[in-house]
Amino acid sequence: MAFAAFGSGSAQEHKSPTKSGKVVLALLLPGLVYLGLFFFTPLFSLIVTSLESPAPTGGIGEYVYGFEWQNYVTVISTYMPQILRSFLYASIATIIALLVSYPLAYYIGVKLRTRPLLQRLMLVLVIAPFFISFLLRTIAWKQIFSDNGALMQVVYSTGLMDHSQHFLGTDAAVIFGLTYNFIPFMTLPLYTTLERFDIRLLEAGSDLYASPAKVFRKITLPISMPGIISGTLLVFIPIAGDYVNAGQNFLGSSKTSMIGTIVDTEFLQTQNYPIGSALSVLLMAVIVALVSLYVRSSGTEDLL
Amino acid sequence: MKRFSIGKLTLPIYSFLTMGFMLIPIVYTIVFSFNDSTPRTQGQWQGFTLDKWTGVCKNPEVCDSLGTSIFISTVSTLIATILGTALAIALVRYKFRGRSLVNLALFLPMATPEVVLGVGLAGFFFNVFGGSVFGLTTVIIAHVMFCLSFVVVTVKARVQTLDPVLEEAGRDLYANPNQVFWKITFPLLLPGIISAALLSFSLSFDDFIITYFNSANVETFPKFIYVAATRGVPAEANVIASAVFLTAILIVLVTQINGAIKRKRLLKK
Amino acid sequence: MAIDFKPSGADLELIDVRKEFPGFTALEDMDLHIPAGEFFALLGPSGCGKTTTLRIVAGLEQQTTGQVLIGGKDVSATKPHERPVNTVFQSYALFPHMTILENVAFGLRQRKVEDPLKKAMDALNLVELGYAAERRPQQLSGGQQQRVALARALVNRPALLLLDEPLGALDLKLRRQMQIELKAIQMEVGLTFLHVTHDQEEAMDMADTVAVMNKGRIEQMGAPEALYDRPKTAFVSKFLGQSNLFVGNVVDSNANSISIEVGGHKITAPKARAEKHTGKVAIGVRPEKATFHREKPKLGADHVLVGPGEIIDIRFTGVSNQYLIDIPKVGEVTVFAQNVGISPVIELGEKVWVSWKVEHSFGLSDLPAGNEDE
Repeated sequence: MAFAAFGSGSAQEHKSPTKSGKVVLALLLPGLVYLGLFFFTPLFSLIVTSLESPAPTGGIGEYVYGFEWQNYVTVISTYMPQILRSFLYASIATIIALLVSYPLAYYIGVKLRTRPLLQRLMLVLVIAPFFISFLLRTIAWKQIFSDNGALMQVVYSTGLMDHSQHFLGTDAAVIFGLTYNFIPFMTLPLYTTLERFDIRLLEAGSDLYASPAKVFRKITLPISMPGIISGTLLVFIPIAGDYVNAGQNFLGSSKTSMIGTIVDTEFLQTQNYPIGSALSVLLMAVIVALVSLYVRSSGTEDLL
Repeated sequence: MKRFSIGKLTLPIYSFLTMGFMLIPIVYTIVFSFNDSTPRTQGQWQGFTLDKWTGVCKNPEVCDSLGTSIFISTVSTLIATILGTALAIALVRYKFRGRSLVNLALFLPMATPEVVLGVGLAGFFFNVFGGSVFGLTTVIIAHVMFCLSFVVVTVKARVQTLDPVLEEAGRDLYANPNQVFWKITFPLLLPGIISAALLSFSLSFDDFIITYFNSANVETFPKFIYVAATRGVPAEANVIASAVFLTAILIVLVTQINGAIKRKRLLKK
Repeated sequence: MAIDFKPSGADLELIDVRKEFPGFTALEDMDLHIPAGEFFALLGPSGCGKTTTLRIVAGLEQQTTGQVLIGGKDVSATKPHERPVNTVFQSYALFPHMTILENVAFGLRQRKVEDPLKKAMDALNLVELGYAAERRPQQLSGGQQQRVALARALVNRPALLLLDEPLGALDLKLRRQMQIELKAIQMEVGLTFLHVTHDQEEAMDMADTVAVMNKGRIEQMGAPEALYDRPKTAFVSKFLGQSNLFVGNVVDSNANSISIEVGGHKITAPKARAEKHTGKVAIGVRPEKATFHREKPKLGADHVLVGPGEIIDIRFTGVSNQYLIDIPKVGEVTVFAQNVGISPVIELGEKVWVSWKVEHSFGLSDLPAGNEDE
């Protein structure tokens, strides 16, 4: 199954059976050339574009290279709310996803070990959302939460909200959708680490530390750290760049636009490529900085 | 001394409730594939019908986009799996200078938000080949790009569990390097390669953002839904999604249950 | 490529084989000849180079310098799959994705031998596992897997069968049983066996010839009885069984014997059983060859006598008792006495003398660690 992708393989090294340089090259070269051509070059090109300025003679969508640092100043001053909102949404959704997923992963990975059939069934259910379009699932939530849907009718009738208030289009709705969509990405890596871990450690732990809370803090939590780290990364990064959930046709409104929303608009509508690029580069830079800080502080650099 | 305790039941109850919650939109999508609606009224239940299932291709856009999506996902999965498996084997089995650099280079695409990948590639294609280049090829190139790292990570985990002594045993039993690879290494890596391919396929099949920037008028299934969302998604889309879902879940269930039964039998031995 | 498979084993010759790894030398100019059909054991502690030797013979490791000859043919430059050699790996290395039968047939199929499945089945029957042919390796116990690994190697009728601690993972009882089976199979098929192990009992029990390795060299080689009876180095005397070693300067030397002086005692060894006849020499005796006496015995020149000393430890090990005796200025001496129930009961602290026949003494070529300085 695909679960392994989210786990952290053991960092154990095998001694190389041969030292044939040609074989390594043949194995590496195609992939690395691909990566260079279609990842690093585009990234570089994005940085170049982000420094361009409008062509003096040209029309809309035409730019010349100008080393225009000003683009970044413009982006930060104009789109500060969207930038902050993106990272705020991502942080909140990641934390909620972790809190929701951990007990679930623990139950499947540890408690269900003695019942392999049920364990596998639960796992299939965890990955089930992968098999159905996330756009349709998000639309389903939209319809469930729509003002004239049954759920909101109940809410209105209880008086918790009055009819001038809506759930759709709020920060909460967007965060809800993001969390929902990415819970499986959190549960799976947690499951893979918890599934491997030796139950006898818990018994030894309750022998030494006695209280279950202490056992959890001293043993279970440290052991599940690799899963927590890859889970949070797999959730945080895509959410920070997502804009579908926040879109007006989905769970958001004009008040929930994120970085991705602006990039989309700048590229596909106003054709302001330098600004769109600058915003993308900024997003990428912040994420790389956050990730390297995070990975380093958790002391598992060889994790991914 | 067995006593009944609420505490013991909290975790199972919580877990099953959470699972139930995760399934709500899936059930909703399947139920609404039987909705006797027009795209505009699809948001409301209009009554039960099988028409959308029996006549799913009466809405050609839906079926065409599905075909395009399957084609794109298959081709990109194939390429990404081959490139990624080679990389994974090299990274685990060989020591070479700059290996950690290669690891980092493969991690970066995973740390890059889709919107940045999509925009970057689109800008690159536009600058180098001009606006007319966008089409199936650019979408496939983009999909291979973001699937590659995931394939590498998945296959790497499998290569790490492969005991090199097995390959030595093969060499000792008169298999030349080529035969060792195809008769021992490859079959042992196959489960990992298949997982990687499945993951790659599902990532590619469900991708919207990167496709959106690189596809011009190529219509994939997610793109069709995204565009249709402005005016209302036709129930036929629900039919397709439900069918794909049910097929996938059936395959997975069968293999998982098979695996569990095998494991049980092994434990009994 | 044709591989020459002898109906029975071929001989193996290593000439000046040296293996260097980054930072250390695993093998130092090893010369070795194993005659065809022999059961040969390489015995030594971990890290002594025995497994490296085996891997070089198999072709899994390339020697830095030197030659490997199998059946008189230089195979130094050939790949593992081109050598008429098969290995039983320590971890068995059965292919988990194949049935037991397919595992055994693997080598035959590679060599395009006719009727591989039938021959594989015969080999499985030889190790009494015919009934498990369709199972997977994971479904077998350790001992069964070990036998499959053996069948998988034997079925190819290799000129040389390499065994890399093949019994190491089994429990004691099973190990003894497998030792007997392995020896019986070797006699039956008449192949040359090269067996690597760190278990001295296993090596002595099974092998025709044992080579004791230490730090990348062969310290001593010979029939198990000869090795045990007359170890030539301090390492061999301690690694193969136990020994009491005494170090002193040679004070007497005649045509038949040499004597050293240790703490006022004269310890004698036959000249023919001593490697070194002058200077500082170590003389040893096996604990079971020594006896102790409560009274100072009257013994002739054909005996060595040391004492008196004090019994400081007694251990009951079943068939025998082990006594540790501390003799002033000589050191601690171990004596094994058979537990036949007729010897008088001895208490801790009692005063005793220790004696043995001169013909049981052996003189070493080197000195035990800690005595190298003059």
